[in-house]
Amino acid sequence: MSTASVPLPAWINYGVIPLLNLVLAFFFSGLVVWAIGENPFDALNFLIQGALGRGDAIGFTLFYATSFIFTGLAVAVAFHAGLFNIGAEGQAYVGGLGAALVALSLDHYVPWYVTMPFAVIGAALFGAAWAFIPAWLQAKRGSHVVITTIMFNFIAATLMVYLLVNVFIVPGKMAPETRTFLAGGQLPKLDWLMALFGLKLGPAPFNVSFIIALVMCYLVWLLIWRTKLGYEMRTLGVSPTAAVYAGIPYVRTVIIAMLISGGLAGMMSLNAVMGASARLQVEFVAGAGFVGIAVSLMGRSHPVGIILAAILFGILYQGGADLSFEMPNITRDMIVVIQGLVIFFAGALEYMLRPAMVRLYQTATGK
Amino acid sequence: MEYFDTFVSILGSAIRLSIPLLFTALAGLFSERAGIFDIGLEGKMLASAFAAACAAYWTGNAWAGLGAGIMVAIIFSLLHGFASITNRGNQIVSGVALNFIAAGLTIVLGTAWFNQGGRTGQVPPEGRFSGIVLPGAEMMRDVPIIGPLYANVISGNNILTYIAFLMVPLSWWVLYRTRFGLRLRAVGENPGAVDTAGVSVVWLRYRALIVTGFLAGFAGTYLSIAQSAAFINNMSAGKGYIALAALIFAKWKPVPVMFACLLFGFLDAFANFMQGKSLPMIGEVPVQIFQALPYILTCILLAGFIGVARPPKAGGVAYTKER
Amino acid sequence: MNLQSSANEPAIELVGIDKKFGAVHANKNINLSVGKGSIHGIIGENGAGKSTLMSILYGFYHADEGEIRIQGRPVSIRDSQAAIAAGIGMVHQHFMLVENFTVLENVMLGAEGGQLLAKGVAGARKELKRLETDYGLEVDPDALIEELPVGRQQRVEILKALYRGADILILDEPTGVLTPAEADHLFRILQVLRDQGKTIILITHKLREIMAITDTVSVMRRGEMVATRKTAETTVAELAELMVGRRVLLRVEKQEAKPGPVLLSVKNLIVKDGRGVTMVDDVSFDVRAGEIVGIAGVAGNGQSELLEALAGIRKPVSGEIFIDGKPVEAADPALLRQLGLAHIPEDRHHMGLVLKFEEYENSILGYHHDPRYGRGAMLDLDAIRRQAEEQIAKYDIRPPNAQLKTANFSGGNQQKIVVAREIERDPKMLLIGQPTRGVDIGAIEFIHRRIIEMRDTGKAVLLVSVELDEIRSLSDRILVMFAGKIVGEKPSDADEQTLGLMMAGIAA
Repeated sequence: MSTASVPLPAWINYGVIPLLNLVLAFFFSGLVVWAIGENPFDALNFLIQGALGRGDAIGFTLFYATSFIFTGLAVAVAFHAGLFNIGAEGQAYVGGLGAALVALSLDHYVPWYVTMPFAVIGAALFGAAWAFIPAWLQAKRGSHVVITTIMFNFIAATLMVYLLVNVFIVPGKMAPETRTFLAGGQLPKLDWLMALFGLKLGPAPFNVSFIIALVMCYLVWLLIWRTKLGYEMRTLGVSPTAAVYAGIPYVRTVIIAMLISGGLAGMMSLNAVMGASARLQVEFVAGAGFVGIAVSLMGRSHPVGIILAAILFGILYQGGADLSFEMPNITRDMIVVIQGLVIFFAGALEYMLRPAMVRLYQTATGK
Repeated sequence: MEYFDTFVSILGSAIRLSIPLLFTALAGLFSERAGIFDIGLEGKMLASAFAAACAAYWTGNAWAGLGAGIMVAIIFSLLHGFASITNRGNQIVSGVALNFIAAGLTIVLGTAWFNQGGRTGQVPPEGRFSGIVLPGAEMMRDVPIIGPLYANVISGNNILTYIAFLMVPLSWWVLYRTRFGLRLRAVGENPGAVDTAGVSVVWLRYRALIVTGFLAGFAGTYLSIAQSAAFINNMSAGKGYIALAALIFAKWKPVPVMFACLLFGFLDAFANFMQGKSLPMIGEVPVQIFQALPYILTCILLAGFIGVARPPKAGGVAYTKER
Repeated sequence: MNLQSSANEPAIELVGIDKKFGAVHANKNINLSVGKGSIHGIIGENGAGKSTLMSILYGFYHADEGEIRIQGRPVSIRDSQAAIAAGIGMVHQHFMLVENFTVLENVMLGAEGGQLLAKGVAGARKELKRLETDYGLEVDPDALIEELPVGRQQRVEILKALYRGADILILDEPTGVLTPAEADHLFRILQVLRDQGKTIILITHKLREIMAITDTVSVMRRGEMVATRKTAETTVAELAELMVGRRVLLRVEKQEAKPGPVLLSVKNLIVKDGRGVTMVDDVSFDVRAGEIVGIAGVAGNGQSELLEALAGIRKPVSGEIFIDGKPVEAADPALLRQLGLAHIPEDRHHMGLVLKFEEYENSILGYHHDPRYGRGAMLDLDAIRRQAEEQIAKYDIRPPNAQLKTANFSGGNQQKIVVAREIERDPKMLLIGQPTRGVDIGAIEFIHRRIIEMRDTGKAVLLVSVELDEIRSLSDRILVMFAGKIVGEKPSDADEQTLGLMMAGIAA
C-alpha cells in the first residue's frame, strides 16, 4: 500500500514535518553562508540578535511581520477555497491607493482614529477590486487564476507608476510619491505596547495596523471555521464534486473568496503606507505579497500558524539587515534565498519527508 | 525619411529586446508542452545570466560563459523536476520558490565574490558576444529602404540573436518531426497514453526540463554578456513572466511564439522610444500602457475573447497510474 | 473456423494470482486459462476485482503471488513495455489516446520506428492499410482523434494494440461508451480478429455481451474467480446468480405499501453525460408518497445520470421534473433540498462526504444554511456537534467520535453518516443510489430498515441499485432500465429471471 493514504497524527503532520522542512531550508541557507566564507552559526546569531536583541529591533521585526500576516492571510483564504492567489503583491499595491486616497482626503479634517476605519475599508476595497477580474475570469471563463494574478501584478505595477508619476506627484518634486499625510492620516506607533514589556520602540515603525492584523487573524479564523461561507469555501477547496452535490454555487464562492483574499492583501498597505512612510510610494509592497505565499505555506493556512510564520519572516527581514551590517559579505538578499528555500522545502517538497515519516511512525508504533 | 530612420532604430531595438523573451518562451514551450507548468522561467534566466557573467569574467571566454549559463539553468530545471515530478509537489509553488532562490542567491554570491553591490565585474570584450557585421552591410547602407533595414536590423547583431531565430524552426522540427517531440507533446496531453505505450513518463518529463534549462541558459547568457557587459541585480526584471505571457499568447506553438515575442519586444522598444514624447493628434501617451500591454493582451486571450488558448491538458498535475 | 482444437491450446494462463491493497484482498488465488483464438469473457460486479486482474496483466500492478504464462512460457510483466513485448494489447475503458493527435500519431506513439518520425510514417501507413484490409478496421489515419466519434476512437485503440503486434487483446468494459450500433460493429470486429487467430479477453458486466460474443466465460466475485463456463452451455440466469452469489437474503419485513399522492414526477427526461452521449433517453415515471420505486439495471445504463439529474447535479437536456405537482425550475441541489428532496448519492467518497472533514462537518453537508445550524452567516458548532452525536448514537456509527476525520471511518459507517444526514432531515422525497455498496452486512440491514421506515412514514423513495436482491427486497414497484430507457415495470415479487432478462435488454 502506498504511504500516501496512511494517516499520521496531527503533531507529526503539523509539527514535526514543517519543522524538519524548516530545518532543511536553514541547513541549505547555512551552506550558502559557509560557501561564501562566513560562519553560519555566527550569522544565525547576528540574525537573531539583530531581530530580537533590542526594542527597536523587535519593533522592526513586528512591523515586517504585520505586513506578512496580511498577505499570508490573503493567500490562505484563497487557498482554503482551492485557489492559488499569486496576486497578493499587486492587490496590496492597489490597496495602497485606497488607503492613500482616504488618508489624503481626510487627514486635514479628522484625527487618525476616524480616518482608520475608512482607510481599512478603502484599502480592502481597492485590493478586492484588483482581485475581482482574475476571480471573475477563473469562475466564469476558466482562465487559470495563477496566470491571471501574475499578469495583474505587473499591470498593477505599471498602473501605480503611472498614477504616482502623473497624478499624485507633488508639483516641483522629483520623487514619484504622494505628499506626506498629516497626523490625521497616519497610524500611530505602538510604543505604549512595547513599553508594557519595558522595551523602547525607537525609530521602528511598529504601528496600530499590527492590531488590525491580529483582528483580521481572528476574523479569518471565524470566517473559515465558524461561518457558512467558510464552510462552503473549504468544501469547494477540498472536494469540488462534493460542493456540487451540496449545492454550493461555484461562481459565487470563487469570486467571494478571491475578493476577501484581495481585500486582506490590500490591507497590508495600511502598515506600509499609513503606518510607516506616511505617503504612497513606488514599490512600497517590496515583495511582501510573495512572502505571503511562504507564510501561508509554512503556517499551513491557519491564522495561528500564519502569525508564527510571519514573525519568523519578520525576524529574517529585520535580522537580515543587521546581519549584512555585521557581515558585509552577506547582503540582505540572503533572506530572499532563505525565503525561497523555505517555500521550496515547506511547499514544493512537502511530500518528500512523508513516506520516511510514515515508515518511522509505523516502526515506532509497531504497526 | 526621418520617420523611417526612427522606425528602423525602433525595429532594431525591438529585435534586441525580444531575444531573451524568445529563448525563454521556447524554453517554457518544452516544459509546458510536456505537462510541467514553469513559472520559474524568470529564475532560470536570472541564475544563468549570473553564471554566464561570472564564467565569462573569470575565463574571458564568451562560450565558457554560455556553457556556465546553460549548466546553471539546467540545474534549476532539474530541481524543479525533483520537486514536481519525483516528489509530486505543486509545480507553481516550486516555480515561485526557485525564482526567489535565484533572485537572492545571485545577489548574495555576486556581492561576496565581486563586492560591487550585486554586480559582477565588467566582462572584457572577448568574454562577450558582440555584434557581427554581415557581409555587404556597409555597401548596402545607402540603398533606400532595404539598405538601412539590412544594415541596422538584420546585420550587426550578436551570434546569440541569430541562434535564437534558428531555434524557432529547430524547436518546431524537434516537436513535430522527431520521436522525442511526439512523445513530449503526448505526455503533456495524456500521460496515460505514453505510459501504456511503454514509455517512461518520468524520464520523458525530465528530458523536457533539461531542454528547458538549455534554452533558458541562452536567454540568461544573452542578458548578461551579449546585451550588457556584466550581471546587474535582478536584470531579468520580469522578462521571464513576459516570456510566459508570450508563450500563452502564442498558444504554446513555436512559430507563433516568435511573433508574440517580437510583438512584446516591439511594445517594449516603442515604450522606450515614447518616453517623454507625444504622438501627433493623440498627445502624450503614458509609456506604462505599452509596458502593461503584453499582460493585458494575455489576459484577454486567456479569457477566450481572442480565439481559445487551450493549455496542454495534463499540465500542472503530477502523473499517477490509474487504478 | 476451427474453434475446438485451437481453444485447447492456452494462449494465456494465470496461476495463483494474488493481490492485496492493504486490507483489501483484490484478487484471491486467481487461476485462468484462455484458449488461443477464442473470445473469453470475464464478468463480475463493480469491485469484483476484474480491473485489478487486468492491470496486473498489463504491468500496472505486480501480483503479490502467482505466475503469468504466455503461449506456455512464464513471463514477468514488470511494466507496460514488458506486456507489449509479451504480445498483450489493452483497450482501456478510458481511452489512452492523445486527443489533439491524428490517428497515425496515436498509433505510432511508443512504436515510432526510429528517432525521426519521417522514417516510420510510411511504414506505419502501410501497416495501417494492411490492418484495415485484414480486419476491416477502417479509420482515416490523418483524422484528429477529438473529431472522431467514440466508436472510431475505440477502433484506434484496437489498432494501436495490433500495430504493436498484440496476439492477446484485452478489452475493459469496451461498450460502456458505445451506442448499440457501435457495439455491434465492435463485436463483428472482434469476431474477425478471433477468426484470424487473435485471443481476446473481454471484461464486462453486461450479460448480453457475454452471451452474444464470447466462447468461454469466467465469473469473478469479491476477488475470486468463482466459475468458468463454455458460453454455449450456460444461461444468463446462471451467470447472474454466479455474479451476485447466493447471499443470505436479508428479507426486510414490511407491510403492504399505502401509496398516496404523486410527489415526484418525471416527464420525457433526456440526459447526456460529459462526453455528450445520451444516457437517459426519454424517461417518464411517477413516485408516490409512501412507496419505494426501485430502478433495476446493470450499471452504466443511465441510472446514475438519472439520479444526478433528479438531484439537480446534472442539467437535463430536455424534459420536466415535477415536485408536488410543481415544475422544478433549475438544476440546483440547494433549491431541491428546500423543496424536501434528500439524496443519498451513489459515490459517497466524492459526493456524499468530504473525506478530509471531521464527521460532524459532514453531518450538515448541503444543509449548512439551515437555521438550526447557526443563525445568519455563522455556524453554531455546538448545535452541529450535538446533533451529530445524537445521530451517531441513533445510527450506531462507530467509532462514536464526531470529531474524527471522515476518511477514518469504515465504508459502512461512512454510509451511515450520509444516511443519517439525509433521513434525519425529515424530507418528503428521498433519492437513494447504491445504498449498500461496500457496506458490511450489519450496516446493510440497518440501512434497509431505515429506508422502509421512511416509506412507512409517507415519504416517496426512489431507489437505484445494481444489486437485484436489494431492489427486490425493498421496492414496491420495480422499473427496469436498459440503454437509457425504462423498458418495463414489474411488481416487487417479479422473479429474478424475468428481471435479469429485462436488464439484459432481451425481453420486456
